[in-house]
Amino acid sequence: MPDLNPLYWWARLLALPNESRAKTIAMAFLVSGVCALLVSSAVVLLAPIQNANLAAEREARLSAMLENMPGLADIIAQYGADSLETVIVDLETGEATDIDPATFDIAVAAEDPDTSSVLPSEVDIAGLGRRADLAPIHVLRANGELRLVILPISAVGYQSTIRAHVALEADLNTVAGLSIIEHGETPGLGARIEEPAWQALWPGKELAGEDGQIRLSVVRGRATSAFEVDGITGATRTGNAITAAIHFWLGEYGFDDVLANLRRERGQQ
Amino acid sequence: MKPLRHLYGPLVDNNPVTLQILGICSALAVTTSMTTALVMSLALIVVLVASSMIISAIRHHIPTSIRLILQITIIASLVIVADQVIQAFAFDISQRLSIFVGLIVTNCLVLGRAEAFAMRNPVGLSALDALGNGLGYGLVLLLIGFVRELFGAGTLFGQTVFPTIHDGGWFTPLNLMLLAPSAFFLLGLLIWAIRSVRPAQIELADYEISIEPNRRAP
Repeated sequence: MPDLNPLYWWARLLALPNESRAKTIAMAFLVSGVCALLVSSAVVLLAPIQNANLAAEREARLSAMLENMPGLADIIAQYGADSLETVIVDLETGEATDIDPATFDIAVAAEDPDTSSVLPSEVDIAGLGRRADLAPIHVLRANGELRLVILPISAVGYQSTIRAHVALEADLNTVAGLSIIEHGETPGLGARIEEPAWQALWPGKELAGEDGQIRLSVVRGRATSAFEVDGITGATRTGNAITAAIHFWLGEYGFDDVLANLRRERGQQ
Repeated sequence: MKPLRHLYGPLVDNNPVTLQILGICSALAVTTSMTTALVMSLALIVVLVASSMIISAIRHHIPTSIRLILQITIIASLVIVADQVIQAFAFDISQRLSIFVGLIVTNCLVLGRAEAFAMRNPVGLSALDALGNGLGYGLVLLLIGFVRELFGAGTLFGQTVFPTIHDGGWFTPLNLMLLAPSAFFLLGLLIWAIRSVRPAQIELADYEISIEPNRRAP
């Protein structure tokens, strides 16, 4: 009768010569099994903390932008924080959906083939590859009147994907502020886009000219008109990425339908 | 006292970065600030010590034919765990380190110690050797990070030391310090300095070209 004691089999396995085929295979499976268990438990156990970190980071960046915008803190203080509402909009139709913003994760939506679309290379100026069909925007209304719209934009920069929020004033053409949420550009060069001094250049800039074409861009050197923002020396490609993000996300494949709807709503009032 | 040689030997005399020139890639990439250099060093020390101990503990049962793949599996798993822990508990820093913690897997230093030392020595000695090598690596990273952050951004651990002209101070940051080539220069200068003090570290030239003084062109 064979010995069923697992310790016996364990000892027999260890006693095998190292070069035997059975021991080689057994060691390969044992090591990879233990390692797989270790890695998957670490990922599963730590996932809630990591997601909370990401969410807190997004919140912090958004509220930092709101605080830095002149006059905005007063409006929020006056009408309460509830006056800022988050809406998930459909980029194809420009209509608001009734999806709960708390359950919507744009990062997941942008990767899922069901909820995103592939961008043809000629329109993909921001280098994103895919774009989610839905996007969260923040709208600030006071007394039912539109005051501010905050749109998420993104583009591939020099060595990372840059994500930012751009805030537009009620005329939907004047920039109220730009805030970089996430980037991994070169420290000291491209990373200077997150400096408050550079972001302070944005408020008051004009988005589109008389003909409705988007003209706002980051230029090399000094800005000479309301459609230009000073570039950062040594960070041309990061500046170009911000320009591309503005042109892409406010253009035909971005929020232009959403903005058109908001303009119509404003015209009716 | 003998076992302790494995701990302090790699600090200067047998430093993995300046003598063996291992782990250069990450030494260039994460030394733009002291904070990232410190976290990277800690992550490497943890991974190096843990992997050396595990590999040393099972060294009698590792078949020679698959030893490298077993070592790298263990190292890679530990690196993923370390990366996840950093993402969970030091989120800001993990964003700045980006992929470099993950690239500890490819750091020749870790596999080098596993293959050269942990496979042949008991657990305690392997742990000491791994700790010494990790500290030697961390020392170089922190030295280079110190110079690069101080002269590139005027800060140390994110605290302003020299007020820069961007903030209304007097110091003009040297942008070169924040780019990868500056780490090469600093590393080269450091190796030169160490080898000037300790000539024993200078390697013999592999070959020499001798030219006859009287030889003429045909």
